[in-house]
Amino acid sequence: MEKRTDHMAYQEGMERIDTDIPRKVINRMEAYDYHVYTEKEVKAALAKETCGIEEFEALLSPAAERFLEEIAQKARAETRKHFGNTVYMFTPLYIANYCQNHCIYCGFNCQNKIRRARLKPEEIEEEMEKIAASGLEEILILTGESRKMSDVEYIGEACKTARKYFKVIGLEIYPVNAEEYAYLHRCGADYVTVFQETYDSDKYETLHLSGHKRCFPYRINAQERAILGGMRGVGFGALLGLSDFRKDALAAGYHAYLLQQKYPHAEIAFSCPRLRPIIGNDKINPKDVHEAQLLQVVCAYRIFMPFAGITISTRECERVRDNLIGIAATKISAGVSVGIGEHLEDEGSKGDKQFEISDGRSVEEVYHAIEQAGMQPVMSDYVYV
Amino acid sequence: MNITLNGKPCDTNAGNIISLLEEKNYRPELVAVEVNEDIIAKEGYRAYSLKEGDTVEIVTFMGGGEEKDTWFLGEHEFSSRFILGSGKYSLKLISAAVEQAGAQIVTLALRRANQGGMANIMDYIPKGVTLLPNTSGARNADEAVRIAKLSREIGCGNFVKIEIMRDSKYLLPDNQETVRATEILSKEGFVVMPYMYPDLNVARDLKDAGAACIMPLGAPIGSNKGLCTKEFIQILIDEIDLPIIVDAGIGAPSQACEAMEMGAAAVMCNTAIATAGDIPLMAEAMKRAIEAGRKAHLAGMGRVLFKGASPSSPLTGFLREEN
Repeated sequence: MEKRTDHMAYQEGMERIDTDIPRKVINRMEAYDYHVYTEKEVKAALAKETCGIEEFEALLSPAAERFLEEIAQKARAETRKHFGNTVYMFTPLYIANYCQNHCIYCGFNCQNKIRRARLKPEEIEEEMEKIAASGLEEILILTGESRKMSDVEYIGEACKTARKYFKVIGLEIYPVNAEEYAYLHRCGADYVTVFQETYDSDKYETLHLSGHKRCFPYRINAQERAILGGMRGVGFGALLGLSDFRKDALAAGYHAYLLQQKYPHAEIAFSCPRLRPIIGNDKINPKDVHEAQLLQVVCAYRIFMPFAGITISTRECERVRDNLIGIAATKISAGVSVGIGEHLEDEGSKGDKQFEISDGRSVEEVYHAIEQAGMQPVMSDYVYV
Repeated sequence: MNITLNGKPCDTNAGNIISLLEEKNYRPELVAVEVNEDIIAKEGYRAYSLKEGDTVEIVTFMGGGEEKDTWFLGEHEFSSRFILGSGKYSLKLISAAVEQAGAQIVTLALRRANQGGMANIMDYIPKGVTLLPNTSGARNADEAVRIAKLSREIGCGNFVKIEIMRDSKYLLPDNQETVRATEILSKEGFVVMPYMYPDLNVARDLKDAGAACIMPLGAPIGSNKGLCTKEFIQILIDEIDLPIIVDAGIGAPSQACEAMEMGAAAVMCNTAIATAGDIPLMAEAMKRAIEAGRKAHLAGMGRVLFKGASPSSPLTGFLREEN
């Protein structure tokens, strides 16, 4: 048995920032009793022109499930109001899968005996060149969470290379200090997504047994540090199904809301993963978040924060993804591989993948599917001044 | 004999509790009585002799219990949500207007004093009302700061409503200078209430500058045109974590009511009342409209029926049961 440290304690080198946002999020989440909502509150929430936190709570409640069609209608109307018929496309690029964390649900976790790899700079460039040739203009750079094997400079170099091939660069890496986010921003990164996984710190403790990720408060403040570091946007995500998904969805939404209030210029995005089967752990069962509940959460995010980007990952199948972009999601990945080095020619994958994907369509296939649905695929719409 | 009954001074001839209850028309079987914080058993009502200066509480049950609905400016608590302007009145009508309005806050403008002890507006404002000097006449932040400081010297307390206009035709507020004045005055300990053109970014700046509330205009001051800026005021109500007080333009009780339904913390009004045919009656109408709108807001507005049938191709048809 490994020794489990205090998950609320900061570890060496972790920056503390002065903020009351996590406390507000946790208090609100703990006070959220979704059983008290009835048809009445749900209808009132749907009738209201602007959705506040109380309405968001009603929309996430079990009572709202019976109104899923109405909720989806409202979500679609909000999506159309704010995004028209555009859908953004991107692809993730895993550049390394070394990880120092022991998170029991994750295929990359340091106790899993998987093939580890880290792409060399020239391999990163080769992959990017290939991806760019598919027409994509936005890339999401991912690493496993190892400061040792994928240090900030290594990631920074990847951003600089990405700048040559892409217009928009996102990061999904281990949380870093504001100063380091500023550095990565200077290297070309535009936005940062950090999955809190669950906002229930007791549950969090039982899932993240060791490593940097074990520190709950450092992770929950990552988005604020990213904004302080000058990042243009931040993404939020609870891995639905790890804990009570209604409470986690509420916390993720409120977290984003409070940061948007404090930093009105920041762009907000949500990711909405559910648990998927992974290598080396057959016990996890994502039964409690069915497609209907996923749709409910995604629509509630949309109605609560109509201007936010919502990404729907390849953990979901083609049918679910194609329908969600018609309702509430605004961003979809394509040509996805979640292993290391899978775009490289003749070599196949160098490192194992984090999870099994359920939608393996190419960029072209997704592009056409979006068009078929009467929408407009957009590769990027940023302007740099 | 003078006692305090339920918090109010009371003159009574009753010597014991039972005769006090009879005198004040309480039904002994339905009340509990406390004298000087001791609960008196029912059988003791006749035997207990009341003395001069006793504090008597008589309580009974009612449905639910009324929650107090107050709001704050800084640390100051108010129950009335009607702020009354004092311009354009004949002085004698002011106190009737304030009383009929139930206003706890009345705005005043600073002017050069008249010589010879002429009538002063301060003599006509009922006691207990919070005076809110405004900086009308200021054309920039520095002038507003001067006016605020002079007003405080008169002894009105720390409240100040910032009005800065550099446009004499429409009297529209200068948002930029208002932010500057708010910053200076809040640092000097004023409870700063800035009048502004409803702009979200400016409202955020005002909040950061230390404002106690935000006072967006509904329409040009004195125009009685109502909530021309409704959508933008709604944005402030939704986004800014300070009391939003709709100021300027409210010309009719229905408009004040609408502002309160939207979630405004209070309404400020002057011209609509000062220019009404019957001033005290309009003050009362406005008060009731504000109360009605507030209650509607608290009650949660009922649903509005939408036109159009339900769609024939539901969005949720794609969902599948997972095995």
